[in-house]
Amino acid sequence: MVGTLTYSVLFQQAGKYDYSDGPDIEGNVTLEVVWTVIPFVLVIWIAGYSYQIYDQMSILGPMEHVHMGMATAAAAPLTESAAPISDQKSIEHIDVYARQWAWEFHYPQSAITSTELHLPNRQRIQLALHSEDVLHGFFVPAFRVKQDIIPGQAIEFEFTPIREGRYRLRDSQYSGTYFATTQTDVVVESPEDYQQWLATSATQPPVAAYNQAFDEYQQAHNPISTGWKIVEPASPPMVNYPSSSPSSPVSNP
Amino acid sequence: MTNLSVDAIAQVEQPLPGAPNNWKRFFSFSTDHKVIGIQYLVTSFFFFLIGGIFAMIIRGELITPEADLLDRAVYNAMFTMHGTVMLFLWTFPSLVGLSNYLVPLMIGAKDMAFPRLNAAAFWMVPVFGVILMASFLVPGGPSQSGWWAYPPVSLQNPTGNLINGQVLWILAVAISGVSSIMGAVNFVTTIARMRAPGMTWFRMPVFVWTVFAAQIIQLFGLPALTAGAVMLLLDLTVGTSFFDPAKGGDPVLFQHFFWFYSHPAVYVIILPIFGIFSEIFPVYARKPLFGYKVVAISSLIITGLSGIVWVHHMFASGTPGWMRMVFMATTMLISVPTGIKVFAWVATIWGGKLRLNTPMLFALGGLVMFVFAGVTGIMLASVPFDIHVNNTYLSWGTFTM
Repeated sequence: MVGTLTYSVLFQQAGKYDYSDGPDIEGNVTLEVVWTVIPFVLVIWIAGYSYQIYDQMSILGPMEHVHMGMATAAAAPLTESAAPISDQKSIEHIDVYARQWAWEFHYPQSAITSTELHLPNRQRIQLALHSEDVLHGFFVPAFRVKQDIIPGQAIEFEFTPIREGRYRLRDSQYSGTYFATTQTDVVVESPEDYQQWLATSATQPPVAAYNQAFDEYQQAHNPISTGWKIVEPASPPMVNYPSSSPSSPVSNP
Repeated sequence: MTNLSVDAIAQVEQPLPGAPNNWKRFFSFSTDHKVIGIQYLVTSFFFFLIGGIFAMIIRGELITPEADLLDRAVYNAMFTMHGTVMLFLWTFPSLVGLSNYLVPLMIGAKDMAFPRLNAAAFWMVPVFGVILMASFLVPGGPSQSGWWAYPPVSLQNPTGNLINGQVLWILAVAISGVSSIMGAVNFVTTIARMRAPGMTWFRMPVFVWTVFAAQIIQLFGLPALTAGAVMLLLDLTVGTSFFDPAKGGDPVLFQHFFWFYSHPAVYVIILPIFGIFSEIFPVYARKPLFGYKVVAISSLIITGLSGIVWVHHMFASGTPGWMRMVFMATTMLISVPTGIKVFAWVATIWGGKLRLNTPMLFALGGLVMFVFAGVTGIMLASVPFDIHVNNTYLSWGTFTM
């Protein structure tokens, strides 16, 4: 289309003193039908294809996959769904608490808390998403998953990580002044490492984790400050395992 | 199509029939649609500059990742005000101004159907503009909840004051809604009832068709947004709990109210622009518009479909799977009538005798930009893809277009 336009602009300009009209073409029914039907069919096809992909992403029940890492999204789940995934009974239940402005994770099975989300690789993860104040969004860009968290209700959210590594968890629904600081790391590790981590964390007494929003609020150090009153950040979460890289710069795997 | 040459028209001094040549009428409660049209255009351009300054401040802050120019609260206020000003004080009023000036002339009516209503609708624009700007002066600063103002963020009132930035923001949006509804009633009545004898529906200029289609959207969509704004105002001031989850309200309900209008709103903006394209291309290609009837009807199809696409803004906010699929399909369908228009314009230009004057260059640039933006629109409509890019810069890019 842009090519057609460019051609017209380049070669079909009126001559300098040519003030006559162009050809008097009012329309062409066949052509009009064609350019209605073709986009219509295309759109239906795209919708159908999107539906298929959506189906693979989340309607597959307990074997559902979420593509991880930067692998080609479509190929990964299909080929790897045959690989053994830890048996379905060992679903990891994790409670996620979002508040202004921190993430906190509760592992009910071992009664520990953390500000970093640790997940066992190739195991079904079942998150219960809670918000304590406003809308937040659970978004791990590398996982291609996103879910808004609505205060007042626990939202069940399931996926299966398939590749070890450290990823970034962000808040995807604007949540107020320190919205941008509401992020932390997601660590996907082998089930053994994961059990190990659970065990060590359980022995640690809860400490106040570093919280950027709280910290900044306490020592407002911005060059231009208006003194506008804002919502006060919640105090830093008391957790067994404070995030290891609290102020890690934006690190997208 | 007449054969008047371009030069012959340009050399004639264009008189303003019956109008006192006096600048003061632009500051009066004039009921002349041409005066009101210019009032709209000038006022909205003034606010366009203000919105532009906000955008420059945002960009200035974004030069470095650290918050070294603005405080976080000020930054949030800046993008909220930028979005609000650009939508409610620039795009809507400027297009309404243009339509106000042209529609009665194009259909051969003496004036709009309700001239006093027209003037009242205009004078509400500076009023809510001033209310919005005044929010910089109240304690706590202007609204910092984004132009979408989702509760509960918009319901948090850290200052504890009854008069705060958020209340003024909602008030401004509600007044803007009322003003636009009044405008819409006026346009629809004028176009439906006041066409000159012999001006049948299919003899109307395409611009009039698109204004008609856009104003019908205002008529059915705006009451929803205005009602949502009033409910939010009540939540914030007298403590009702429509949207506050802590008191049993439903924050997602607001998103429905908001998007039921605010998605069709983009068609309110783009339809008159389509109309402008449809008028400019034939003139500067020296050819009649290709497939006039289809182009005219496709505007109304866009109007119809625009009412059933709003949930595509909420794919990530806990909507059930079936709803995601239905709205994905309707959203994609809307690209068909839009495609018809684009193809018709290309066919209009094709084989013509092009004159690349400023309006033509703008229109061509606008068309190419629109085609690219439209493609990202279809990408966003696809649910699996949307779940990833929802709330990111891509959707922002589509929107800004």
